[in-house]
Amino acid sequence: MTIQRDDVLNWVREYAQVIEDNHEMLTELDREIGDADHGANMRRGFKAVLEKLPTVEDKDIGTILKTVGMTLLSKVGGAGGPLYSTIFMKAGMTIGAKMEMELSDWAQALEAGIAGVATLGKAQLNDKTMLDALYPALDALKQAIADGVPTGDALKRSAEAAHQGMLATVPLMARKGRASYLGERSIGHQDPGATSTTLLLESVARIWADC
Amino acid sequence: MKKLINKPEDVVKEELKGIELAHADLVKVYYDPDFIVRADAPVQGKVGLVSGGGSGHEPMHGGFVGKGMLDAACPGAVFTSPTPDQMLEATKAVDGGAGVLHIVKNYTGDVMNFEMAADMARAEGIEVESVIVDDDVAVEDSTWTAGRRGVGLTVLMEKIVGAAAEEGRSLKECADLARKINGQGRSMGMALTSCTVPHVGKPSFDLPEDEMEIGIGIHGEPGRHRIPLEPADKITEMLIEPIVTDLPYKEGDEVVLFVNSMGGTPLIELYIVYAKAVELLAAKGIKVVRHLIGPYITSLEMAGTSITLLKVDEEMLKLWDAPVKTAGMRWGI
Repeated sequence: MTIQRDDVLNWVREYAQVIEDNHEMLTELDREIGDADHGANMRRGFKAVLEKLPTVEDKDIGTILKTVGMTLLSKVGGAGGPLYSTIFMKAGMTIGAKMEMELSDWAQALEAGIAGVATLGKAQLNDKTMLDALYPALDALKQAIADGVPTGDALKRSAEAAHQGMLATVPLMARKGRASYLGERSIGHQDPGATSTTLLLESVARIWADC
Repeated sequence: MKKLINKPEDVVKEELKGIELAHADLVKVYYDPDFIVRADAPVQGKVGLVSGGGSGHEPMHGGFVGKGMLDAACPGAVFTSPTPDQMLEATKAVDGGAGVLHIVKNYTGDVMNFEMAADMARAEGIEVESVIVDDDVAVEDSTWTAGRRGVGLTVLMEKIVGAAAEEGRSLKECADLARKINGQGRSMGMALTSCTVPHVGKPSFDLPEDEMEIGIGIHGEPGRHRIPLEPADKITEMLIEPIVTDLPYKEGDEVVLFVNSMGGTPLIELYIVYAKAVELLAAKGIKVVRHLIGPYITSLEMAGTSITLLKVDEEMLKLWDAPVKTAGMRWGI
């Protein structure tokens, strides 16, 4: 089975709802080790995405994802704005003008998005950032594809790996972003960016479960 | 939360409306994307100075837009970096053909957004240079952090480089001067109380009545340590010492001394800090030749202060004294 354009639209809408439901939790995580705006910023961004989506819902997957990225860039602000924007823009550019895609296309898109985040944020694994969820998720997805795991299960494994990566940020000391100013005091807190990206990949796994 | 606001999500827009109505002689305000430019922008042949950052630090940056200082300011949501589309539009609006200088405080979000905006502006044929301000000595281990934060020195830089641009200096000269200022200025702050971001509704951190946070950032980011409250003289010493030893400032140096209120601390207390700071510096043979005292780079209603020292030469002093006409700073006009 392939992932259709409408599946992509449904995923974006689902994630917007997930952000709406979880923005307070994300802001609270950010209050503990950052500047208490991650949930509010993401909420503002995805509200704008929902308003923008109808103008591109008959377009190809690449156009849709790039539009999401551009909208986030102009509405989110902070570090999350450019980083999330990059994920969607690079993914959209990688997939291009397709109306449907294979799971391997998605893996490539995710890889490009993650590479963009790493370049922009100048961060590495274990810096206590969203990459700590994204890298394991990508590895798990690629492994599942190599093992011939069906799409739904492969995405589930990817989301589970993200979740584990997110939990693994708790004992880490932050080395990037505002949390890094806390030094050792950042230990014991879950990274807000790793949390919101885990929610992103969990919504992928939920919405594309039957693809 | 007890605040003079209507709805948290309307805070920045409503503030901009007030600025627009109050200062129509100085600035023009644009919405969606939001930015403030000086009333006569773009000034032909002059380098345009653009800065920006999260709201909640008023009068910085919008209050520093006008003759002799910034050409444009981009306000983000409270304590949140503005977005590249704001910066791009502001850059285009102030480009008078001599290029545009971005003054960027060193925070992950601000740096990323300004970087993207600068790329977009260059793609549209505008010459853009960026200068990062990172004067906060409270951040000790800059290898394992996002680096030193941009704080009080930003205000002094915007004034001095603003005067240089007004004189007609080139983009490169303005950028070099800004980097020189960044090299010669250091700051450190402290908080007596926390602050509450409107859309969060509760204090950014919890600080007991009898404690203070030394080395606080302007968004309530923590500093070096939390310790029991001390008298003003002792606190002033705790701020001056790490600043002086960091550069280091030496006997015979002439400095601008900037004693800033974090928002909630009144002038009466700032003068107490100023007096002690002058005394401590004099004992080290460092001469305060100019000063700035008041709330210029604030952190909402946070009580506390920050001290900034800038080692100056004759050229910088001349530019410091040059006329400035903005809502937040005005002299010589």
